[in-house]
Amino acid sequence: MEPLVQFFFNLLPFLSDWPEWLALTVIGVAAAIMMFGFIAIFALIAIWLERKISGHMQDRLGPMEVGGWHGWAQTIADTVKLLVKEDIIPEKADRPLFKLAPMIVFTAALSGFAVLPWSSEFIPADLDVGLLYILSISSFAVIGILMGGWSSNNKWSLYGAMRGVSQVVSYEIPAALALLAVIMSAGTMSMRGLVMAQSGNILDWNVFNFFPLTTIAFFIYFIASLAEVNRTPFDLPEGESELVGGFHTEYSAMRFAFFFLGEYANMFVVSAIAATVFLGGWLPPFEALGFIPGPLWFVGKALLLVFVQMWLRWTLPRLRVDQLMYTCWKVLTPFSMAIILLIGLWKVL
Amino acid sequence: MEANQILFIAIALLTILSAAVVAFSNKIIHSAFALLATFTGFAMLYIYLSADFLAVTQIIVYVGGILILIIFGVLMTHRIYSTAKKTAHNSILISLLGGLLALGLFLFIISMYPWAPTVVKDFSPTTAVIGTEILSGYLLPFEIISVLLLGALIGAIYIARQEDKEK
Repeated sequence: MEPLVQFFFNLLPFLSDWPEWLALTVIGVAAAIMMFGFIAIFALIAIWLERKISGHMQDRLGPMEVGGWHGWAQTIADTVKLLVKEDIIPEKADRPLFKLAPMIVFTAALSGFAVLPWSSEFIPADLDVGLLYILSISSFAVIGILMGGWSSNNKWSLYGAMRGVSQVVSYEIPAALALLAVIMSAGTMSMRGLVMAQSGNILDWNVFNFFPLTTIAFFIYFIASLAEVNRTPFDLPEGESELVGGFHTEYSAMRFAFFFLGEYANMFVVSAIAATVFLGGWLPPFEALGFIPGPLWFVGKALLLVFVQMWLRWTLPRLRVDQLMYTCWKVLTPFSMAIILLIGLWKVL
Repeated sequence: MEANQILFIAIALLTILSAAVVAFSNKIIHSAFALLATFTGFAMLYIYLSADFLAVTQIIVYVGGILILIIFGVLMTHRIYSTAKKTAHNSILISLLGGLLALGLFLFIISMYPWAPTVVKDFSPTTAVIGTEILSGYLLPFEIISVLLLGALIGAIYIARQEDKEK
């Protein structure tokens, strides 16, 4: 937490006069609220973008009415609708688990933001095990999905949850192995250290570092991360044409909104990990562009990857379950193993 | 009381109370999900002892692997909600005697053990040390465990495949 504490002390000098525990609590709560605000605003913009992009890709316009210019206020109107809607809990549902599930999913998504490095000074917690921490946090979301799917007492929800769990658990392996390849070449798991190791221009980024190998690792991670956040072509857990709405079929109003918010926050988190680990985080591609502040580069790279996620969603059809498992176990996992071996060999030689 | 101690008590309460739910809940599925809080509490305690790598590994292995396995196991059991209390007819005298014996044993062990004073140590990262130790001082056990796990993996695949062939 030291960089964050230092950042706040520089910003508000009077905080350093407070007792340590109070100052730390205030800084921690402020950072959490900032991250929550970021997620909310990001989700507002991303949902609008998703609709516009899907519209244009299908040769239609998307939302055009609300707010005037290209329907920019459509998501805000939808959010207000979700806030005031009736919160329905099915009679046969397991009430405590039903209520807890969206909280766990969203908490897992929010906790991922704790180690994202926005710039060289601003990182909420520069953990030594940062990357591993994010990987571990994603298993909470799995439990949340299973909890929601089970407690709804609905067969579609349970099918969706089962599919979601098997998919996320399987794809965690190639994702972790692809990241491991980069951890090996950089020699650190701290998110800040990973970015520092890539300083220079665009060719020093990890994606071009061990040229063909890490580039493949980047693609493996990107594909696996799509599956981890349940995006098309891996959206079997909520396949609308088969499972109504998947694990959140029975959820409505605010609880549904939190599942949705968690999903979009996760999209940003996996894109931000890819941007940090492979694309140089807050670093500009060329030294000459260094006058643009770091956070803009970081968010820009992450948003670019989010755009690619949306692009793929409206381009590719959904995979079948057996194809999903084939891709994971027989394509991505062996390739990422081979990359780890080759990079290890390269490092030793 | 220091903020540190309040934090510790909160973590300990979370761990113990959720463990109590695991043990006493009538609904087996609630027990399974309460394990999530117990495992998380353990990970927090590890962080409290400045073992960051261990904490993260605990979450990955226990929450990401074992807990999901347990929940899937529970989902496949016959009666998830109406678990009958099959031990209700046991004699209260015998169970009381057994419980008191166990309590006495625990108290005896607790009083025997010289509890170390709180370790006052600055938080220092452990990953690099663990990595170096595994590949130098503990290389042989590490390799033996990896071969054992490989054997278990191949055995599991073999058993799963054989069922497939019989059909």
